[in-house]
Amino acid sequence: MAAVRIEAVAKTYPNGHRAIRHVDLAIDEGEFVVLVGPSGCGKSTLLRLIAGLETPTSGRIVIGDADATGLPPQARDLAMVFQSYALYPHMSVRDNLAYGLKVRRLDQAVVAQRVADVAAALDISALLQRRPAQLSGGQRQRVALGRAMVRQPKAFLLDEPLSNLDPALRAQARAELRRLHRRLGVTVVYVTHDQEEAMTLGGRIAVMRDGAIEQVAPPLDVYARPANVFVAGFIGAPAMNFVPATLAGIDAPAGAVAGIRPQDVVLGASGQLQAVVDLVEPRGHDHLLHLRLDASGVPPLLAVVAGGAPPALGAGVLLTLPRERLHLFDGRTGTRLS
Amino acid sequence: MRSVGSKVTGVAGAALLTLLLFPIYWMIASSLTPESRLFQSPPLLPSTLSLDHYRALFDERDFLIPIRNSLVVAATTTMVALPVAALCAYALARLRFRGRGVLLALILAVSMFPQISIVPPLYLILRELRLLDTYPGLVLPYVTFSAPLAVWLLTAFFRQLSPELEEAAMLDGASRLRALWDVVLPLAVPGVATAAILTFLYCWNEFLFALSFTLGPERYTVPVAVTLFRGRYQVPWGQVLAATVVATVPVALLVLTCQRRIVAGLTAGASKG
Repeated sequence: MAAVRIEAVAKTYPNGHRAIRHVDLAIDEGEFVVLVGPSGCGKSTLLRLIAGLETPTSGRIVIGDADATGLPPQARDLAMVFQSYALYPHMSVRDNLAYGLKVRRLDQAVVAQRVADVAAALDISALLQRRPAQLSGGQRQRVALGRAMVRQPKAFLLDEPLSNLDPALRAQARAELRRLHRRLGVTVVYVTHDQEEAMTLGGRIAVMRDGAIEQVAPPLDVYARPANVFVAGFIGAPAMNFVPATLAGIDAPAGAVAGIRPQDVVLGASGQLQAVVDLVEPRGHDHLLHLRLDASGVPPLLAVVAGGAPPALGAGVLLTLPRERLHLFDGRTGTRLS
Repeated sequence: MRSVGSKVTGVAGAALLTLLLFPIYWMIASSLTPESRLFQSPPLLPSTLSLDHYRALFDERDFLIPIRNSLVVAATTTMVALPVAALCAYALARLRFRGRGVLLALILAVSMFPQISIVPPLYLILRELRLLDTYPGLVLPYVTFSAPLAVWLLTAFFRQLSPELEEAAMLDGASRLRALWDVVLPLAVPGVATAAILTFLYCWNEFLFALSFTLGPERYTVPVAVTLFRGRYQVPWGQVLAATVVATVPVALLVLTCQRRIVAGLTAGASKG
């Protein structure tokens, strides 16, 4: 187990594509850090840079106390779980788990013991004789995870390991991953495009866009105080509403943008703004309303209202944007103002 | 409609099969026909069968020598060419370097030279190296001519395999070569087998180099030996055909057995299902 430090790393491909513009990130020993962002933001590239599957154009990658920038993947002692799982199709589950240990020439008895331990921990002992093709998606995911665990590496790198599971299984696997991390206390770097996964899993989350990190903080801090418009819009579901600050009725520099989460919009008998109900999406315990504001040039506002009978389609409603719930951003740069 | 369609396909298939198999049938049938009857207007089914030609082949001509020569040369070439081609193809399929496309084109260009144009220079080189009328003197030119095709075949095959498998192996602690050996090659068995068969067949059938670079019956390969069966006054067609059968059957069997081994779908289940 070890800390991982990424220092001023940039990656430009030979074709000129700048996958990583400039990234600094220090991951503590035993920490669970999630890299999250839309596709093409460079999160997978960053993970591959840590793994040694790509070499940075500039900057340093430090694993533990040693500079690992020039080391090939096999010398870094990291384990990676791929999105496709990348299980060796011609080997049994047992051989898949044992491969990394055999390559390192560990004693056979030790290999057998560790494989048995990991298989028991992941509940895949009954599958050891099978080939990957004979496993379900969930089982493959466990084997891939087991292959990483059995090595007891310095850090785990996980590249969207849950994205090929169906939603029910995904929630279950997510909870298992958390428990596993709590029990093993290992360093984990986890890549996902799913902000909900990032929120629930990460000790800290690093929100990325266009090859740079926009904000690094514990999930609730990112949710409560997003550093800029992009992070505010990306983290949290449904996405945050943005309206001109003047419309929200507060003093702010010219051009400032006010953001408010749909859960914070208050509908009532009185209110500062008038709107028409454009669409109602029932969600079970609550409803998601799409509201068309009277003011022109403003995109529809989303609001979450408690269950019961929602307002009728086309009905006029009054709504309040509580001041203490507003996030203020600079209109030009998008950075947080308050 | 569908039944008509499938009937047409069936008839066309049968016709094609007859067209392809008839010469082989004719070859086998004639090789079993006594010399005296070979040139009578032949019936489709031979009336008398004899093994005379085969006996003559092995008793009088010692046909085992060219067979041995062909086997040695073809097997050695395959064993030399394939590892070289596999490493080369892997580099071309996976590593990013300048001039990769040009290199691939050049490799293919090598195999496109008309063979006859390089017989004289090769002859001089081999004579200088004292490799005329030796096995290496055939293996070396064969490797040059058969490796490019193997490289192309294997490059295409390696590219189909998910790079993530090797990356996983490397993160598991394997070097690139070890990953190639442990993970890529076992999955590329169908491609490697195909390349091996084609290389072997190329050497088995090659005539021009074998004729030019061997000097006597001790080193003749099968195609050369069969060609030189003809005497001054007659061609022993029965023996030629018997020799052809002997030369064809083992190769046909080899290809058919290997084909069974080429298990497609070995990579199924490597990734998400």
